[in-house]
Amino acid sequence: MKLAEHAGKDLFRRYGIPVPEGFLVKDPSEITIIETPMVVKAQVPVGGRGKAGGIRFASTVEQARSAAKDILGMDIAGNVVSEVLIEERLSIDREIYVSLSVDRSRRLPLLMMIKEGGMEVESAPPAQITSWPIHPFVGIPSYVCRNAASKLILDPQPAAQLEAILSNLWRLFWEMDCELVEINPLVKTFDGRLIAADAKVVIDEDAVYRHPGLIEAAPNLTWLEREAREKGLAMVLLDGDVGVLANGAGLTMATLDNLALHGAKGGVFLDLGGTDDEKVVEAALAIMSKAGQRVILVNIFGGITKCDTVAEGLISAKDKLRFETPMVVRVRGVNEEQARRMLAERGIAASRDLDEACQKAAALGGV
Amino acid sequence: MSVIITGATKVMVQGITGHQGTFHTEAMLEFGTKVVAGVTPGRGGSQVHSVPVFDSVEEAVAETGCNAAAVFVPARQAMDAVIEAIEQGMELIVVISEHVPQHDAIQMIQYAKFRGARVLGPNCPGLASPGTGKVGIMPNMIFKRGSTGVVSRSGTLTYEIVNALTEAGIGQSTCVGIGGDPVVGTDFVEVLRMMEEDPDTGRVVLVGEIGGSAEEEAAEYITKHMTKPVVAYIAGRTAPPGKRMGHAGAIISRGRGTAESKVKALEGAGVKVAVLPTDVPRLIRESA
Repeated sequence: MKLAEHAGKDLFRRYGIPVPEGFLVKDPSEITIIETPMVVKAQVPVGGRGKAGGIRFASTVEQARSAAKDILGMDIAGNVVSEVLIEERLSIDREIYVSLSVDRSRRLPLLMMIKEGGMEVESAPPAQITSWPIHPFVGIPSYVCRNAASKLILDPQPAAQLEAILSNLWRLFWEMDCELVEINPLVKTFDGRLIAADAKVVIDEDAVYRHPGLIEAAPNLTWLEREAREKGLAMVLLDGDVGVLANGAGLTMATLDNLALHGAKGGVFLDLGGTDDEKVVEAALAIMSKAGQRVILVNIFGGITKCDTVAEGLISAKDKLRFETPMVVRVRGVNEEQARRMLAERGIAASRDLDEACQKAAALGGV
Repeated sequence: MSVIITGATKVMVQGITGHQGTFHTEAMLEFGTKVVAGVTPGRGGSQVHSVPVFDSVEEAVAETGCNAAAVFVPARQAMDAVIEAIEQGMELIVVISEHVPQHDAIQMIQYAKFRGARVLGPNCPGLASPGTGKVGIMPNMIFKRGSTGVVSRSGTLTYEIVNALTEAGIGQSTCVGIGGDPVVGTDFVEVLRMMEEDPDTGRVVLVGEIGGSAEEEAAEYITKHMTKPVVAYIAGRTAPPGKRMGHAGAIISRGRGTAESKVKALEGAGVKVAVLPTDVPRLIRESA
């Protein structure tokens, strides 16, 4: 779950990480006082807003209102701007990159710093990137902060600030179940202060229950995605017209790859995950049947999800929803014979072979 | 011989009285696994498929001498269950639970490392060695004893491929599902190393998917250390580019993570990469 910049900065403030003074508005008329040069920033959950014109400078109320008016309603990479953050404009001496993320290979958090932050960090030469694996039982030791400050070539005063910022950033990362906390840039001002000019915070979806009250970046979801999310189903929308309902991400991807070999493209792609509840299957089919797909391919390899549970869900969905979209079913694994029998009794032929089912679905998908 | 699980493995099921725990305890018993105990706090004294249930892992160990755990508890209780199992000396802990918070996974894995225990998962289907036993949820009927090892990041896709092998008459030594989460206790390289050393494994199937760099790391290991032939399948060749995790992900991965990168790395290591899951048996035959 990605937080909007202003929500991320609220967290920074709560954890004692310095951020610019600022306020959030949804309408230009809310801007009444501007005393110092400000930045007007679109609040969207994607990068590249600067290049899209979503960041403007203003020194008067009129300028700020006019910038906010232009930015609000703007479409940035498919996200319509509904809020702007108005912040004190920093006098930037240097920009540094700082992040805490999870290093999958080491199975540990990773602190990463780059001497020159900003837009071009992804192409920073490896020699400029310094990183330290952080053990959760230890946290960020002081010596790492000292070494970081020396690698970043910071004067003693900002170096002391860096140590405080890193230790607070670690507390935030760990206590708030973050997958990522990124400050790009961490600004050093001409008067020697370190301030987080941006905040990118991604909270682990599986741990959100521990943090009620977090404000998520306004997700730009279609009604289908919203419905899938409410039912707890993982959904991806592609531009094809074969709806794929499978269990497990790997199998779902393999099904799409297989369809592609037969010249068909996946459209709505729903992953049942490890459910064994016929009601979830029924809900998934309800969403699928409304999605305007030419054919629905159900591919189940039973393990935790048992084939007969899926069959029960499919049958009851078919009975209740009476949809016309043709359905190609393939079941293997736990309780497959039972499932095939149940489906056959209702006139649904279930195949055993994946490639055969994909071929059939591709033919019906009308390529 | 087999990998990870042996004839001496005595399994305790945490969360045995739940729907999944009960169902898969029976399946594990049918597969020939020594399931000797179950644990559900508050349900001690009862039985599930004739397996005694205890209130705590400590009691289960004292009464049965179990040395491996299969964790079927809900995600929110998974870390507690794993720590309890590690504390009581379990050598192998297979975490089936899905949606375990990532920081909990990091903590349980690091604690296991500190105490010298092996964690498989979380969010994994477990492992099976036909003729020896199974810890987890892989369907019994798809297996056949043989000499091909399988290691996979996926669950159901693994079943698909094992099933295809069995139908082609190719049996398996051990199949290990390492789990699909970003942070897992046992990775490809560790399993490949065990399979390279296992006298009963003659060749290996690696099933990967897009995202992360585990397949690229496996390719490096194969180049340097594997003498046994490896066949791979990578899911997600046609999947749209995944979500990016800020700049950090891009800086760490440096272009790795895509299907092309993984296929290229594996082919560079001399691995034959299948286009379809059902091509795997043919490639295994050709590599024999």
